[in-house]
Amino acid sequence: MILLVNLQEPFQFEFFRHALLAATMVGALTGLVGVFVVLRRMSYIGHGMSHSIFGGAVVGYVAGINFYVAAGIWGFLSALLINQTTRKRQIGADAAIGIITTASFALGVALISRASSVTRNFDAALFGNLLGVSTGDLWVIAGVLAFTLFVVFFLYKQILFLTFDSEVAPIYGVPAGWVDAVFSLVLAATIIASIRIMGVTLIAASLVIPPVIARLLTDRFAVMLVLSSLLGAAVAFTGMFISYYFDVASGASIVLLAAAIFALVIGYVTIRNWIRFGRPVGGTGKLTSAESQALFD
Amino acid sequence: MAESHTGGYIVRMAGLSAGYDGRPVVSDVDMAIRRGEFVGIVGPSGSGKTTLMKVILGSVAVYDGTAEVEGRPVSLHHRPSVGYVPQLETIDWNFPVSVEEVVLMGRSMQSGFWPWPRREDKTEMMRLLDRLGIAQFRRQHIRNLSGGQQQRVFLARALIRNPRLLILDEPTSGVDIKTRDDILHLLVELHREGVTVILSTHELNAVAAHLPRVICINRGIVADGRPSDIFTTEVLRQTYGGDMVVVKQDGMTLVADSPHFFDDAHAHEEPPKVLA
Repeated sequence: MILLVNLQEPFQFEFFRHALLAATMVGALTGLVGVFVVLRRMSYIGHGMSHSIFGGAVVGYVAGINFYVAAGIWGFLSALLINQTTRKRQIGADAAIGIITTASFALGVALISRASSVTRNFDAALFGNLLGVSTGDLWVIAGVLAFTLFVVFFLYKQILFLTFDSEVAPIYGVPAGWVDAVFSLVLAATIIASIRIMGVTLIAASLVIPPVIARLLTDRFAVMLVLSSLLGAAVAFTGMFISYYFDVASGASIVLLAAAIFALVIGYVTIRNWIRFGRPVGGTGKLTSAESQALFD
Repeated sequence: MAESHTGGYIVRMAGLSAGYDGRPVVSDVDMAIRRGEFVGIVGPSGSGKTTLMKVILGSVAVYDGTAEVEGRPVSLHHRPSVGYVPQLETIDWNFPVSVEEVVLMGRSMQSGFWPWPRREDKTEMMRLLDRLGIAQFRRQHIRNLSGGQQQRVFLARALIRNPRLLILDEPTSGVDIKTRDDILHLLVELHREGVTVILSTHELNAVAAHLPRVICINRGIVADGRPSDIFTTEVLRQTYGGDMVVVKQDGMTLVADSPHFFDDAHAHEEPPKVLA
């Protein structure tokens, strides 16, 4: 009973109600988008783009432009630039992301160091903060979530094909360039919408950990999408209470909770497989055909 | 499944040069394939087999000359409707998809607006899986299947498009001899139904046994014709840059590596001692 009363306590504050709603939507959003990020082996892009968007946000702040407009334009352009650069065979995707995003981040840092008055605001951008989630922010996050659900629903077959087999999908008529551009837009929008809650430095983890946990638990794409979104939302919801009670940055509490669940799940999967096969086999470990059959029966 | 032999060319290339990043991989290619033909492309690794097939698919830049499929020029901006089975080595076997999801990908641009498949797509998928003998695995993860079954899954994905032209990149690589034989018999069956089949392979004896026409390439066409006519030591030397033995017996053409002969007198000797 005391616990219940304690859990109800933060709801008396509007800032917490806003932050909790925002975090839950952000968790679902990053969990959903993260499935594609993980399966396309683009985890580093999530990390890089958040840093890139930070640069855009600082430029926008200094120039007096709305945060979402500045970060949005900057993020989308960065994503397109990364896509274009990685098409050149001489430059690996990781190198292209490293150059473009760190240059953008460095620009933000340079501008901050020139204007010391903005440092405090950008601490929150780096690590996430419960405070200051406005009604406008909630609408933006809800809008991005709705747009992402719309895209995933109506482009499901094309995105699935392109994610699974990016070489053959265009041969079968999937407009790869167009779908990639929409995905870049969704990823940029997701990161921008999540930046206040998760913080620049921790967004990548929220894009990666829920899908990886979901992948360990299912072998079906559609189930992985649902499971990852629900996990993301649940972890963010719970993480916000941890953030409130232990007075730690919201991004950090959400990521630490997700990492703890990941450790539990990978431990469970390892022990389960050990019991079944008499030897340690990871979630993606190589099995004999008989073992594979048994694992997914 | 596909229109019957109607004559005319389904693929034509003239003076073709194509490759990647401005560097041609194949040059001066003149080639014509008639509707309903069954053609094998052989050559060493890096000889341009896959590039040539990707020209037909419209996914490689053409630098010079022309390439036409069904009478229309092929380019990165105009891709013909063909069935394509990629090398299985390119597949991510840990991707969370089932057999039926992979097969239905072949209809992803035709099956309407909703994320779920239409009834007719599912019916066609089941018909194909039944025909290919893998219907019982339809809900299985693709990793759980054997090499031959996996090959059939990707063949079903190609066939669900009802293609007139089927292209397969090394469909017999990494499978045992029985599975290889099964796959080639299946392709012969499709060819008899009127589907034009083009495949690349390293299996010269399988080509000689199953295919009526073979094209030897090494960055350009070295020879083109019936396997029994063109599989000669000279052609294979030009294609592979090495000596191979060609044996013709009982109407069969067999290609063997140039062997090493060991002296029987020394066969049972102790191995030489290693000097310190």
